[in-house]
Amino acid sequence: MTEEIIIAGFGGQGVLSMGQILCYSGVMQEKEVSWMPSYGPEMRGGTANCTAIISDDQISSPVLNTFDTAIVLNQPSMDKFEDAVKPGGLLIYESNGMIRKPKRKDINICVINAYDESVKMNNTKVFNMIVIGGFLKIKPIIDMENVIKGLQKVLPERYHHLIPLNEDAIRKGMEIITVEHQLN
Amino acid sequence: MSENLITPENLVYQKTEAMTDRILHYCPGCGHGTAHRILAEVIEEMGIQEQTIGVAPVGCSVLAYYYFNVDMQEAAHGRAPAVATGIKRVFPDKYVFTYQGDGDLAAIGTAETIHAINRGENILIVFINNGIYGMTGGQMAPTTLQGMKSSTSPFGRDTKTMGSPLKITELIAQLPGAYFVTRQAVHKPANVRKAKKAIKKAMEYQKLNKGTCFVEIVSNCPSNWKMTPVQSNKWMEENMFPFYPLGDIKVPEDK
Amino acid sequence: MKELRLMKGNEALAEAAIRAGADAYFGYPITPQSEVIEYLMANKPEDRTGMVVLQAESEIAAINMVYGAAGCGKKAMTSSSSPGMSLKQEGISYIAGAELPCLLVNVVRGGPGLGTIQPSQSDYFQSVKGGGHGDYKLIVLAPATVQESVDYVKLGFELAFKYRNPVMIQSDGIIGQMMEKVELFEQMPRVEPDYDWATLGKKKDQPSTFITSLQLQAEEQEKVNLRLQAKYREIEKNEVLFEEINCDDAEYLFTAFGSCARITRKAMEMARAKGIKVGLLRPQTLYPFPTEAFSKIADKVKGILCVEMNAGQMIEDVRLSVNGKTRVEHFGRFGGMIPNPDEILNALEQKIIGG
Repeated sequence: MTEEIIIAGFGGQGVLSMGQILCYSGVMQEKEVSWMPSYGPEMRGGTANCTAIISDDQISSPVLNTFDTAIVLNQPSMDKFEDAVKPGGLLIYESNGMIRKPKRKDINICVINAYDESVKMNNTKVFNMIVIGGFLKIKPIIDMENVIKGLQKVLPERYHHLIPLNEDAIRKGMEIITVEHQLN
Repeated sequence: MSENLITPENLVYQKTEAMTDRILHYCPGCGHGTAHRILAEVIEEMGIQEQTIGVAPVGCSVLAYYYFNVDMQEAAHGRAPAVATGIKRVFPDKYVFTYQGDGDLAAIGTAETIHAINRGENILIVFINNGIYGMTGGQMAPTTLQGMKSSTSPFGRDTKTMGSPLKITELIAQLPGAYFVTRQAVHKPANVRKAKKAIKKAMEYQKLNKGTCFVEIVSNCPSNWKMTPVQSNKWMEENMFPFYPLGDIKVPEDK
Repeated sequence: MKELRLMKGNEALAEAAIRAGADAYFGYPITPQSEVIEYLMANKPEDRTGMVVLQAESEIAAINMVYGAAGCGKKAMTSSSSPGMSLKQEGISYIAGAELPCLLVNVVRGGPGLGTIQPSQSDYFQSVKGGGHGDYKLIVLAPATVQESVDYVKLGFELAFKYRNPVMIQSDGIIGQMMEKVELFEQMPRVEPDYDWATLGKKKDQPSTFITSLQLQAEEQEKVNLRLQAKYREIEKNEVLFEEINCDDAEYLFTAFGSCARITRKAMEMARAKGIKVGLLRPQTLYPFPTEAFSKIADKVKGILCVEMNAGQMIEDVRLSVNGKTRVEHFGRFGGMIPNPDEILNALEQKIIGG
């Protein structure tokens, strides 16, 4: 198993930490992982993205131009990465603020309204955890218990009391993600 | 006859242990020799020869490590305060000094000078100011006086195009990290004694971790000023001292 | 005890410096390596081991602080990225000339000039051929993983003190910024220096010690150079490191170093899947260069593609090593652009197999 993922959105949406949580969870499940951010001015309020790779085998290139999964959280990211999904791959997009729907017919497409759900949960900070939940529903490459262990590693100890909240968000994401286009 | 005179009871002066036996390469009448000697004497008198590490600059005193009988490092041009910082930070209990000329300290090394002092590095900076680049053959220095001739200001320093002589000592005295700042000379016995006292004070402050101590010595350069030693000292008194007045510039308040 | 962590290359390198028993770090912020000094400042090495960390006023000051601390026999280091490394070159030349041990880290970004903050390998010439003045060499280690970034800190200090020579870790924006699993070595003690060449304070009844790179007599300076050259021959004999992957049956060869070797490895896997018998030779030391390994493999492969994130720098050493025995071509992206595996495979097919 090798899963090559690009996660892209606005700075502040938790894009980079999503990749880190997936990678840390992968480490807990004894996978090989790599995480590579976009860095520099992009970090400061503009679009941000990171590549996360989780694999049973040694990872060669940490930098990729095509992906098994693209998780896009805003329109510029959709415009940039829709075409980077491998044929037969997966595109997950967050529906808020998306003007244009994806056009590809040779990939699986899922949609998640994580923002509204986070508002319902009274905590927009768990937005990215809802998205992670959605992804793990479609591609259950990591067990929940290892995601929790990953969170314990990523979050500073003073935030560990928030782990149950994050777990709820992940489960919520698993519930609300819907398939928009499915290959046979 | 002379043999009879060389007896212990007749001994009035002896070369300090803190200098080696190498013959100084400095020009006749140059102030470097005296400045070296008083710094070395202080080191010997304080009994810190084995705990002192010096930093030599680029300039006439580039070979200072041949003359001081203490462990020394030769720094790149202008970088002595950074090198001294590196030494002092890993050996906070050693006595560390730099010995630098005006080009080294106040032109190419201005940033290192200001920032080392601003951090209050517990080092002694001995600054020899003779208003000229000696080693490279008499070019204009940052401290060259207005109208003063040098090989790169052959018609005299024109402050409109060449900038004004830099009072770096007054400048660094403003910094909180500077603990003791003084300007001295070594051309007359009374001045030598005062300068030595200042250096000793500075070394004692270093023991107390008080911050940077800075001793400027206004000096001469007979060769590049194209004067005899006597003329050069007279010229220094008449021209350098009015612009670079001798005396303490910053003294500790908590004394 | 093995300690497994997920860490950024720059942070892992900084942690490795503390654990390697480094005495002092002097640096100045520049993207993409600022995490090194940020990590050090946040992790209080002064409390953990007594290691000194100081943010200098410039890269120039930082390298000269390294000179001062290294002259005291201490394990001193600095890190920077390309434009900052250019500023350090004078100091590096002095350190090499005075034969002081130290560790340098260059997290390379695209140039020339202010260039870009994206990853690049365009400082190969600067690192390997001597970026400053005079005939000198750095030992240059090129990590391709976060793990190697950690391991080379330890190795780097060992080699630096073994040869009294500056060692450079040439990383880049990818290795510095990416996170990978890393196994950290246990804390090593800091060592109180006791070297006859170091300025430790003059010993009673012994001549004083001085550190210098100056010899006014040409005859003396030539002796220094001869001594340095003899040292470099020893380094070339003893310290070459490289990795060969799928080279036994290879008809063609990729070569690449650092992060670029990771991407090229992916291209190699894709080529193998297509039935192309291609191997990868990855120099881990850029100096000393694996000259013999290239010379040997040149006898059996039909061509070598040298993949670099620059306009063709390491290829010169590959060609010298191969000495005309087989064709060597270059493929590169530069200015902060990263080649992708498809275009590397395409270049192999066009330039080497079809060419």
